[in-house]
Amino acid sequence: MCAVRSSSHVLSEPKGSARLFAALGDEVRLRLISRLCDGGPMSIVRLTEGSRVSRQAITKHLRVMEASGLVRSTRRGRESVWQLNQRRLEEARRYLDLISKQWDDALLRLREFVEDERQG
Amino acid sequence: MNTDRIEKKILLRAPRERVWRALSDAAEFGAWFGMKFDRPFAPGAKLKAEIVPTTVDPEVGKAQAAHAGIPFDITIEQMEPERLFSFRWHPHAIERGADYSAEPTTLVVFELEQVADGILLTVTESGFDQIPLARRAQAFQANDGGWSVMVTVMEKYVRRAQ
Repeated sequence: MCAVRSSSHVLSEPKGSARLFAALGDEVRLRLISRLCDGGPMSIVRLTEGSRVSRQAITKHLRVMEASGLVRSTRRGRESVWQLNQRRLEEARRYLDLISKQWDDALLRLREFVEDERQG
Repeated sequence: MNTDRIEKKILLRAPRERVWRALSDAAEFGAWFGMKFDRPFAPGAKLKAEIVPTTVDPEVGKAQAAHAGIPFDITIEQMEPERLFSFRWHPHAIERGADYSAEPTTLVVFELEQVADGILLTVTESGFDQIPLARRAQAFQANDGGWSVMVTVMEKYVRRAQ
């Protein structure tokens, strides 16, 4: 159902990716994205169900993601319904791919730099 | 999926102090990264930097030459000798004349870990979710723009050749 590609694709370096996703910076946001991905648009009440994180905290995370265009909310009666903004998510992922590639290149240069001098 | 953070690891077969110097010495960092800084790295220091093509990899140096002279602001956060080095900057800030100063920064952290074969270096860059999406989208427009220019040049070339 969800059009977001496998997140392991984000890293071109397979060894690092397992650890990366084990050590994700923000578990709450990741879980919210994942729930919206699997369950489609849902209300804040449903998003908070079964979570130890307070509704206020979840709303705060959603607002941050909304500001960057990853999710958006619409009013349905008295409640807000949240959904993923797929195109934005894809753009954000591509951006990270680009930065990721630049770090790969920079680190190869660093390796050459520190290893060369040792031999020379 | 995570859109906020990048993590990279690389094994460097060099002594710890060598790796640390390549990171913590502004001139050495600049040599491999492709930047020039206006003063030494120190915790809390706010430095001005500019893109200077790297000499470590001539191919990359050539690509960087297109952005040569573009100024950067960088703030050093932590320096724990031979263990951790971190700073904040504006990621992919390569648009000439753009003012990035009011925009959020990302945090870059280098961590050194001694392993049997050398130093395992971990780099993380985080805070991308705070970067305006328009700014993030621009990163590809710059690339795509480059390509459409190339196509135009090629078209002209081909037409002339006929």
